[in-house]
Amino acid sequence: MGNYLFTQPFFKKNGKAVAIYFLVAIVFWFVFLVIIPQLYMLDLSFRSNVPPLARGGPQDFYTMEHYQHFVFGSKTSLDTFNFVDLGVFGRTILVSIMVTIANLLFCYPIAFYIAKIANPSTARLLIVSLIIPFWINELLRSFALRILFANEGVINNFLTGIGVIDQSILFITYDIGLYTGLVYAYILLMMFPLYNAIESLDINQIEAAKDLGSSSLRTHWRIVIPHAKPGIVSGCTMVFMLTVGALATPVVLSSPNTLWFPQLIYQWFNMNDNWSRGSAYSIILLIISVIFVLAMMRIFKVKIGEIIK
Amino acid sequence: MSADVELNNVSVTFGSFYAAKSVNVKINGGEFFSFLGPSGCGKTTLLRAISGFQDPSEGSVLIDNKDMSGIGPNKRPTSLIFQNLALFPLMSVSENIAFSLEVRGVSKKDRQKRADELLELIALEGQGEKKVHQLSGGQKQRVAIARALAVEPKVLLLDEPLSALDLKLRQRMRTELREIQKRVNITFIYITHDQGEALTMSDRIAVMNEGEIEQIGPCDEVYNNPLTPFVATFVGENNPLFGKVKEINQNKVRIETPDGDFLATMNENKKLNIGDEAIAFVRPESLFIPREGDNFDNQIDVNIESFEFEGNIKNFYATLKSGTRIKFSIPNAIDTSSISSGTKLQLGFESIKSSILPKAQLAID
Repeated sequence: MGNYLFTQPFFKKNGKAVAIYFLVAIVFWFVFLVIIPQLYMLDLSFRSNVPPLARGGPQDFYTMEHYQHFVFGSKTSLDTFNFVDLGVFGRTILVSIMVTIANLLFCYPIAFYIAKIANPSTARLLIVSLIIPFWINELLRSFALRILFANEGVINNFLTGIGVIDQSILFITYDIGLYTGLVYAYILLMMFPLYNAIESLDINQIEAAKDLGSSSLRTHWRIVIPHAKPGIVSGCTMVFMLTVGALATPVVLSSPNTLWFPQLIYQWFNMNDNWSRGSAYSIILLIISVIFVLAMMRIFKVKIGEIIK
Repeated sequence: MSADVELNNVSVTFGSFYAAKSVNVKINGGEFFSFLGPSGCGKTTLLRAISGFQDPSEGSVLIDNKDMSGIGPNKRPTSLIFQNLALFPLMSVSENIAFSLEVRGVSKKDRQKRADELLELIALEGQGEKKVHQLSGGQKQRVAIARALAVEPKVLLLDEPLSALDLKLRQRMRTELREIQKRVNITFIYITHDQGEALTMSDRIAVMNEGEIEQIGPCDEVYNNPLTPFVATFVGENNPLFGKVKEINQNKVRIETPDGDFLATMNENKKLNIGDEAIAFVRPESLFIPREGDNFDNQIDVNIESFEFEGNIKNFYATLKSGTRIKFSIPNAIDTSSISSGTKLQLGFESIKSSILPKAQLAID
């Protein structure tokens, strides 16, 4: 058996030690870090919520109650549907889509400038200045924004100081701070796929379009954007997934009367000690993310292999 | 419709480097004009100045007697064919060809009609739905030409578009380009480092070196009467014979070299005086092995070193008395089997086939 394995091309090409290391690392990553946790959570989401000691006992049975709770609410509730959770969920999806679009609109011109217009030294400088703020932890960056956006914060103090406004703008209450924070949090994950995609476009393509009479706008629409499509899809899916699953930024920046869906999941896990319900809510979030990726691929007619490039 | 193109004192500088230096040339409407020169000589810069991608640092570009300064490439009556063609890979062949019409808001039906016409012109009927990558090298070439011709430009600019093709295809495309130019009757400005391409296709050529034009003229004139040692050695092959002017009789000049005295022909624009340092040039195909009764103006003793067989001709490399190496070519139709390395020969050449110029930089240095 061992001899048979070691004569395979993979082993011959990489040598025994390296090949075994590859195999072990990949199997460990895939089985222990991807498959088992997901399966465990999927299983848990269909089980009744019992303390660990009661597992396998008569009270531990398979049930749809957690998914039902998400849609219809608690059995004692008078409402037909679980408007609170569904509302939080819907708002999270909607805002995440808006954040993704805002990110794309913001990043595309910058990525294009760095990739095709700036000279190499300027481009390097710009890339570095994009990266440096992200050396700081996400939570701290959110707090920094909180300081900027607070009612007695830097922006309000500045604006009242120069007399533009006489009353503080309620950035936090109206979730402007949250939206800004979310756009900022994952901006690099939009920037770099876009930059890479645009950078690989032959400059002659742009010049050829121009030479044939195309305006700048149309050249972007017909030449640059179609070429950058895999980068756009890649950036959008990553930003969407991370935004929809963000926890630190909403905890710090959302207004006291709104919730972000992952905050709900967090509550089920940590505050209500209901891991089964938390798992069910997580699975719902996972499904939405997968649907988003598939929809993006369908809309932009891009294959999964192109996105990962 | 074709248009004249005029470059008035055009210079293009990058920092302190002159990519093009005081270039003056008038290209006539309907002409096939080539800029010929080694890489880095500034010919692509000039093409970009004509197409509008590069503003001249000094001087002006006139198309149809209209100053083009401040007019972008998308507003000029020129079309550029890129060295790598720059076809749009995500569009079909028809979409590529009709792109210039699409951006001008021509209806889809009219676009398709024009694309079909052009596909016929380039002998690719019915292949408009294909993607670019499904075409062969020669077909891509023709699609690039069709795309550039779709808006009926007055001037077509070509940046070494044949350099990526193999030899046979390149030769066929030369003929084809020339035919297309005759048919559409617009000005073609062609950039190349390949003198064969320039000579076979062009009405006139401009030979460039280090940002400056060395000579402008019809192909045969440039080949037969080069104005500078650079042109003499860059366009075709030439054997330089260095020496001093000994005697001048009208346009015939006798030059004294370590290998003997030779009679050569002086260009009326490049006057020489007795005692000047000069170079007499003689091309490989102008050197002959004298037969019985032949009487050449010049004789030269050579010692054969080696030879190579090229097919239609046989090239011989030989040394002169002074050690100077020369090359001469004998048509394959003549029997040269008795000549091998070590053979001593006397070759002859006519003074009319040898030009003499003041000493200056050669292209082969």
